[in-house]
Amino acid sequence: MSLDPSSAQATRYGSNAGQPLTRRDGLLKVTGRATYAADNHPEGMLYAVTAVSKIARGRVTSLDVAAAKAYPGVVEVLTPQNRPPLAHDPDEKLPPFGFRIEVLQDETVRYANQPIALVVAETLEAATEGAALLNPQYEIRKPRTGLDDGMRFDPPAVGVGSPPRAEHGDIEAGLAAAAQVVEADYETPAQYHNAMEPHAVVAEWDGDRLMLDMPNQALVISSASYATYFGIRPENVVIRSPFLGGGFGSKAILNGPQMLAIMAARMLKRPVKLALSRSQMYGPVGHRGNTWQKLRIGLDRDGHLTALHHKSISATSSFDDFLEPAANASTHLYASPALLSEHEGIRLDVGTPGPMRAPGEASGSAALEVAIDEAAEACGMDPLDFRLKNYAETEPGTGRPFSSKALRECYMEGAKRLGWAGRPLAARQMRDENGFLVGWGMGTALFPCPQFAAEARATLRADGSALVETAGVDMGQGAWTALAQIAAEALGLDPDQVEFRSGVSTLPDGGIAGGSGHTASAGLALHNAGKDIIKKLAELATKDSASPLFGAGNVGVDARGGRLYRRDDDSRSESYAEILARAGGQEIIGSGQSTREPDHSETHAMFSHGAVFAEVKVDPDLGQVRVSRLVGAFAAGRIINPRLVRSQYFGGMIWGASFALHEEAVIDHRTGRVMNADLAEYHVPVNADIPSLEAILIPEDDPFVNALGVKGVGEIGITGTVGAIANAVWHATGVRARKFPIRIESLVI
Amino acid sequence: MNRFDYICPTTVAEAVAGAAETGSAYLAAGTNLVDLMKIGVARPQRLIDVTKLPGLDAIEWSPDGSVRVGAMVRNADLAYDLRFAENFPAVAEALLSGASAQLRNAATVGGNLMQRTRCAYFQDTASACNRRAPGSGCDALEGDNRLHAVIGWSEHCIATHPSDFCVPLAALDAVVEVEGPQGRRDIPFESFHRLPGDTPEIETNLAPGELILGVRFPAEAARFKAHSRYLKLRERTSYAFAVVSAAAALDLQEGSIRHARLAVGAVAAKPWRIREAEEGLIGGEPTTEAFAKAAEIALAGASPSGDNAFKIELARRIIVRALALAAEGTPRAMPALPGSPFSSASGVSHVA
Amino acid sequence: MTLSISLTINGQPKTIALDDPRVTLLDLLRERLYLTGTKKGCDRGQCGACTVLVDGRRMNSCLSLAVSLNGTEVTTIEGLAEGDDLHPVQAAFIECDGFQCGYCTPGQIMSAVGLISEGHAGDDPERVRELMSGNLCRCGAYQGITEAVLEAQRTLKEQKERDAA
Repeated sequence: MSLDPSSAQATRYGSNAGQPLTRRDGLLKVTGRATYAADNHPEGMLYAVTAVSKIARGRVTSLDVAAAKAYPGVVEVLTPQNRPPLAHDPDEKLPPFGFRIEVLQDETVRYANQPIALVVAETLEAATEGAALLNPQYEIRKPRTGLDDGMRFDPPAVGVGSPPRAEHGDIEAGLAAAAQVVEADYETPAQYHNAMEPHAVVAEWDGDRLMLDMPNQALVISSASYATYFGIRPENVVIRSPFLGGGFGSKAILNGPQMLAIMAARMLKRPVKLALSRSQMYGPVGHRGNTWQKLRIGLDRDGHLTALHHKSISATSSFDDFLEPAANASTHLYASPALLSEHEGIRLDVGTPGPMRAPGEASGSAALEVAIDEAAEACGMDPLDFRLKNYAETEPGTGRPFSSKALRECYMEGAKRLGWAGRPLAARQMRDENGFLVGWGMGTALFPCPQFAAEARATLRADGSALVETAGVDMGQGAWTALAQIAAEALGLDPDQVEFRSGVSTLPDGGIAGGSGHTASAGLALHNAGKDIIKKLAELATKDSASPLFGAGNVGVDARGGRLYRRDDDSRSESYAEILARAGGQEIIGSGQSTREPDHSETHAMFSHGAVFAEVKVDPDLGQVRVSRLVGAFAAGRIINPRLVRSQYFGGMIWGASFALHEEAVIDHRTGRVMNADLAEYHVPVNADIPSLEAILIPEDDPFVNALGVKGVGEIGITGTVGAIANAVWHATGVRARKFPIRIESLVI
Repeated sequence: MNRFDYICPTTVAEAVAGAAETGSAYLAAGTNLVDLMKIGVARPQRLIDVTKLPGLDAIEWSPDGSVRVGAMVRNADLAYDLRFAENFPAVAEALLSGASAQLRNAATVGGNLMQRTRCAYFQDTASACNRRAPGSGCDALEGDNRLHAVIGWSEHCIATHPSDFCVPLAALDAVVEVEGPQGRRDIPFESFHRLPGDTPEIETNLAPGELILGVRFPAEAARFKAHSRYLKLRERTSYAFAVVSAAAALDLQEGSIRHARLAVGAVAAKPWRIREAEEGLIGGEPTTEAFAKAAEIALAGASPSGDNAFKIELARRIIVRALALAAEGTPRAMPALPGSPFSSASGVSHVA
Repeated sequence: MTLSISLTINGQPKTIALDDPRVTLLDLLRERLYLTGTKKGCDRGQCGACTVLVDGRRMNSCLSLAVSLNGTEVTTIEGLAEGDDLHPVQAAFIECDGFQCGYCTPGQIMSAVGLISEGHAGDDPERVRELMSGNLCRCGAYQGITEAVLEAQRTLKEQKERDAA
């Protein structure tokens, strides 16, 4: 992909938006000056450490609080006996996105690693040892952590408010009419976000004002929630989250440990810092729940789908309801006269799962894309030909047109880049010069394009520069850069003339950084705020007889390079500063919101699409796998910053490799404890696992998705990739992996 | 982590005397011990920092070609020592296949010998573990044990020894020099670590208070320098402990095997030297059949300790592969991915 | 018991009175000296976020007891740039987009500086990948990291050649 700004792509992308700028926060990040939550040290700060449950179900019967309190440096121990009250019951969920939170409301233990006390001390070392001295005793009940012992239920909703069941056409009739039916079961494990930055908070109270430094993906919603829990006014809560050390969904939802630290700070009238240890992140801060999925695919003699039935049994906790909406991955991708996606819930004694990068889409796509490959194999067809044969020209089931869909181009460009043509149909046909088995596999990537509520404010200053503000969140995706580019373009300014304030809850609500919708949402609000300014500025100029733009109101003006130009006459222009100076040196304030045309949401199906191609090498004797190449081609509407978007795709694809080959929380079903709750044995890919990545950015204009034409890029990369790798492993070895991650022992045959 | 007293002696004698007090532990780089202290597995009352002791950080060659490596020599320094790597390439490869560059820069030779098992039940203080808490039982027996021992385990403990470095040491007849309250002595490497039996808490044959001063490699071990490999199967390409590993070394003359050395890692509570298999190879030709036979002999006494029968087959296969790679010859340069099956993988391109 | 240790941190000699022998180099830097550029990701030597140079060698500061490092020179991310001039590794990380969230970045950069001075990778990307594998990046910026290390190494080599000429 070319980064040359003079290329055709850049022209299409526009002036500021579309440029491959380096990160505006790059300097801070490479010098160690970017401040993450736990880097803060207010005067008089105490350290808090949670003590966590070693059992997964039962009660804490005793804690040696005296021993902990007697330990030098320990200031206080919070337990259910003495923890201060909250203004809102933590077992009552707060909309939107509220979860039940464990903040020592009683002695009940509902999962391993649940906080059972909080130790606060003058030093980190003292707090840590104080927590170790609590020596909890338990009344233990047998934990339920497997498919066989959990309680099954029909969920009212899956994911974040999605319907648990979608049916189009008659699935049984479709299967009955099929020449053959491919049916298989798939299993995906519990996975943990494991952002590099552990969840942390530095909480400081000033009367009933609360200042929080914490990584947070939803600043304004969270500050309102904290206000409710603590019985204070929303404007009295300030959350600063200029940088998140990764979120992936785990920092979008309030959790017990952070809340406890805030309670301790109020109780002790001193600032308190808490940072979870790595192992403590395996429980109270969400995870991707297990799924057990079944797919049934009906096929006619030509290889067309006659029915696609996808069912997921998705795990959740014993006390809350987030379910991985895995089966929904099958409802928007392949053309089939009959479609059924459905979910069943299963309650386990685990921490409540939550959204984790591509929730539902990742696990669902993993199963679907392997099943589609199995269907292609059953038809004796090339997997790409098979997918093209079942290409959905309109949304399956509803028949709605797609707002844009350049998936066919993704298939073609990706296949070309990998060299797919000439791929042997059968498995175990290719070897490299060292004798390793080589396989090529593919998967289709799909992700929806949500548009969230968001607001922004822009101020044009007398000198012609601008300040733009929204409570946006940069967790690595590049909001500091891409959102500024959008604002700059709307304002007709260079990005370096635009000061961008973000990452604080007191700014206009930037919405949620999640669902791959932040650039579209906060970006659109900023775009509209910029346009609002230009409109007001144009009004000033075109009504001012001293301006060269006087009277241009009907033909209109263009804004670029800090000047307004008469649209029909480039020679007549005036700088922002000049216009403002004549108007008395005033500032202009504009505001904008994120909205989608309601009509468009009804009339069009909106998704980002992509195609991922993988090459794997497998040791024929030892079974070790290496993903030697990954090529992804993605179409996601207008691209604001190709450099950063490429990185987002890479990240998603690496998550796909991780899902396929590495990640799994191993639970001991006797105790309910995760036995690899660290980063040594819970494997995520290392640098050497990723020798070659390519991301191809397929141009796509979308006039419906929003005024910017921006879709989302943050999560789509993981979809398609898991299947592509699993299918490549099959192509290399002949082993069809239906349980993730693919382990060495399943390949040693 | 508990509070402890910290002392930093300047002589070996002072260190050994200090260690006589109960609750003492020697601290080298701390890459394992400090970690275990953080998770509550180790709670020493007194740390005796041996990193400043004189004379323990040298690689000293004798005129006969043997070499003494001080206990405080860092893993990276040993692996990248040209003369050492040239003479004992499988040791260098094993070192570089272990941990990460940062850890290798810190971790010491002595510390590597003393590292504890990675068994999750050993690390989890809420689990029963005879190795950590004698008599408490072994929760690994019925637990998650897919990577546990298949050789030499007992009903008291099925943990494995995690070291890569120690595998070729076992193969090459290294000798451990120690000093303790009773003075200095040598311990042949093969009898340094112990199988669990009914006392898994006793992991080595060090007497209480004994300090490792260094490891000696006999000159004889350099005879394998042209045909030595360390191969390590992992669940990710790097920065992971072995599923199984093998060190293989051959002395080939005119197409036949004059001497052979073989040890397997991650299958037992100690690096597993297999003399019977070595003897079977001697005098024969370096053929796949001969290697397969050696592998059969090597795993003859193996049995799964749980959900890990696949490791027995993998161990056989890695032995065959390691011997074949050794027969091919020591690579001229250290492979880009030391110890990896993919160390020879070409065609992996870097597409910018 | 208070222990007094001498460290040279980013070129500045410091005498530090430690009231607690448990303090790791990482916690000393972050919580007592307020050099918070060095990050804690796992606190167990399993992620590399805390990588600093000790006497010029990259190490995991989370596993080093500060008392044991008496007399050493420590370089952290804060000590890398000279004034406003970024170290070539820092500049290359920006240019190659070798990070996203930035949390592992100080460790990656210090590790890269160590890698280059160790001199075992040459210009082989595969060796760079292997030798950077002690630094996890959950965002998945590995390709940019590898490119950045190679680019910075070229820059440093050119600088060295220019200086020699």
